[in-house]
Amino acid sequence: MSVSPASPSHSEPFEDEHVSASACPACIAAPSAEQIAKSGDIKGARIMLSLPTAHCAVCITDVERELMKQPGVKSARVNLTLKRASVDAAGDVEPAGLIAALDKIGYEAHELDPGMLSATEADKRGRDLLMRMGVAGFAMMNIMMLSIAVWSGAEDSTRDLFHWISAAIALPTTIFAGQPFFANAWASLRGGRLGMDVPISLAILLALGISLFETMHSGAHAYFEAATMLTFFLLVGRYLDYRTRAVARSAAEELAALEVPRATVLRDGEEVTVPVGELVPGDLIRVRPGGRIPADGEVTEGQSESDRSLLTGESLPVQVLPGMTLSAGEVNLTGPLTLRVTAAGRDSSLHRMADLVAMAESAKTKYTSLAERAARAYAPIVHILSFSAFCAWAWITGGDFRLAVNIAAAVLIITCPCALGLAVPAVVTAASGKLFRKGLLIKDGTALERMAEIDTVVFDKTGTLTMGAPRPQNLSDLSPEALSVAMALAEGSSHPLARALNEAAAGQGVAPAALSDLREVPGYGVEGVWQGQRVRLGRANWIGAEDGTTTATHLKIGDAAPISIRFADTLRTGAEEAVAGLKAQGKQVWLVSGDVEGAVSDLATRLGIDTYRAGALPAEKAQLVSDLTQQGHRVLMVGDGLNDTAALAAAHVSVSPASALDAARTASDIVLLGKDLAPVSDAASISVRARRRIKQNFGISIVYNIIAVPLALTGLATPLMAALAMSASSITVSLNSLRLR
Amino acid sequence: MEVLLYSIPISLLLGGIGLGAFFWSLKNNQYDDPKGDAERILSDEFDDHPKQD
Repeated sequence: MSVSPASPSHSEPFEDEHVSASACPACIAAPSAEQIAKSGDIKGARIMLSLPTAHCAVCITDVERELMKQPGVKSARVNLTLKRASVDAAGDVEPAGLIAALDKIGYEAHELDPGMLSATEADKRGRDLLMRMGVAGFAMMNIMMLSIAVWSGAEDSTRDLFHWISAAIALPTTIFAGQPFFANAWASLRGGRLGMDVPISLAILLALGISLFETMHSGAHAYFEAATMLTFFLLVGRYLDYRTRAVARSAAEELAALEVPRATVLRDGEEVTVPVGELVPGDLIRVRPGGRIPADGEVTEGQSESDRSLLTGESLPVQVLPGMTLSAGEVNLTGPLTLRVTAAGRDSSLHRMADLVAMAESAKTKYTSLAERAARAYAPIVHILSFSAFCAWAWITGGDFRLAVNIAAAVLIITCPCALGLAVPAVVTAASGKLFRKGLLIKDGTALERMAEIDTVVFDKTGTLTMGAPRPQNLSDLSPEALSVAMALAEGSSHPLARALNEAAAGQGVAPAALSDLREVPGYGVEGVWQGQRVRLGRANWIGAEDGTTTATHLKIGDAAPISIRFADTLRTGAEEAVAGLKAQGKQVWLVSGDVEGAVSDLATRLGIDTYRAGALPAEKAQLVSDLTQQGHRVLMVGDGLNDTAALAAAHVSVSPASALDAARTASDIVLLGKDLAPVSDAASISVRARRRIKQNFGISIVYNIIAVPLALTGLATPLMAALAMSASSITVSLNSLRLR
Repeated sequence: MEVLLYSIPISLLLGGIGLGAFFWSLKNNQYDDPKGDAERILSDEFDDHPKQD
């Protein structure tokens, strides 16, 4: 139904997603100026949207149809594999409008920065690997066909002919398809190391060499099919491994692209939009209501309220007056503000937070993955085995080098780590595919393995266990008239409390009262005239009410006593399931928040969390995580705010919701795409199963080697046996991994 | 055994055609959105203008 002439090309041959070697979170915490500068002009003709909830044919048609209906949209195409929509539109189409339209028909959408999603370089590598895999697979099958004829008894010239044809296919194939291994092996040899690729390359080349020699001398055994099969299976493992990392990288890119940080600067009285990275101290910046403060600054003009929950975890908004200092990352709520920048970029408080993250990162010991450990043990053993087989047979036969080389090659071929190379990537691919369908994006390749080891879970409160969206608690205390007045007043403001009140009142079927002279007093509240009386809704000190400890707004009608409307944060969907699920798995659950004692203990009781800490500063959160680690616990940190970032980085493994600040998302290993928190407990149980599967796979390949290696060492191995052992072990390992799905 | 003279080249040729088709599909972004393509076939709204890159 739609055309999109130049979609970014991603090769996605398998339907799975995930994982990353995340770069240094500290660097990305404050997005760099270069990156932002690269993203070009602000209103590009192409808009990219992330669609975390799209999953079926109906979603595709719904989203595309809805987008096409929007004025100015030329074409829209959904990519279900990447859960993205690319929209070609006229220059004046605002992504916010498209997002609102999709939200109306029930699809969550986020804007992505297309400039950050160019993965062409990485994509070329994936395609390259895939092509080599295709060639190796083609050659393997054709040579196998000829080999079967040889094994079933072709003799003399027929056998030689078949061997020659096999050689003609195998030589160019392995030279082309084996290049990734040869290049790696060469690099590691030059670096004086023995990587996994050295024995692999040696096995491939030795197998080809002796097969060619045997063919020239009309020998009975040739290992052409083994050489190509080796290349093929290893390329499959390599490709899966690459995919996991590529998807992770694109996940990281996507997350970086989620937020497009810009600031409005006043230059010679005119408003100019510039990347945040270009701000310098002394600049005057404008922040509209609802906007995030881009740099530390002092308020020169305007009154408002500021939401600091992402920085500190406090759920109560703070009143802002001229002369106050605000930190980057706070959200301006009610009135427009003008700030004089006091610190930008490297010096801003946002960046100091990034330093905290960097410190936490460096304190963490590097995790050695199961695959790395296996490879470390594997390479020397294989070389020693095969070399000693060569020496032993040369000595036993009194210098029959042809036989000795043959046996040494057979040992190398049989021990070659096809199954080992597939053991981890196949499981990770299956597991992360499963988690992606549940709405979890794995950014780091070893995150699954680390997740399997955790015994303690630390949750942040605001924005993680709760939605960070308040709801009025005591509307029943208000008379119907008062409620309709409150609702009418709330309509005059975009303050989150006002909006929540308005929504809740509308939900109860209340109609707003008729008010006149409605006006918002930024930083204080809304006032108007109702039936000749002055009515106000807003801050306690403005109304003349007593200030409580909970989030509240106050209503005053005429001279009557003010009424407080209390608000509580709503629990995130799935929060109860997640906590209950983790506790059922025997994990210790902590709640740590920067919010006040009362709010934190209420939530802890409600969710059945026994251990909690309130009023925690960012550094204290990180300290708690490292203290727990010191006590021998493996900690999973789940958090969303800037104040959680250091704790996220310090934890053994970390999860953050997609609504989190980019710094928090960058610091975490796993990102929750949807709004539901329940998948966190699924992730913990799936990762345990995944690790068990990986270990089983290692077991399977070791058993194959225990059977096959003695045969190879004693010179009893034939090409047929090598082919059988290799394909059987690779296939069992792959099938075992698929059981996870 | 003369049949080998025909059958082997023919089998290699057929395999080669398959390999060529694979290369073609790879170069034409046929694997961009496998999940979406699998779902789109169920849609009633036909795509008269397949994606071109």
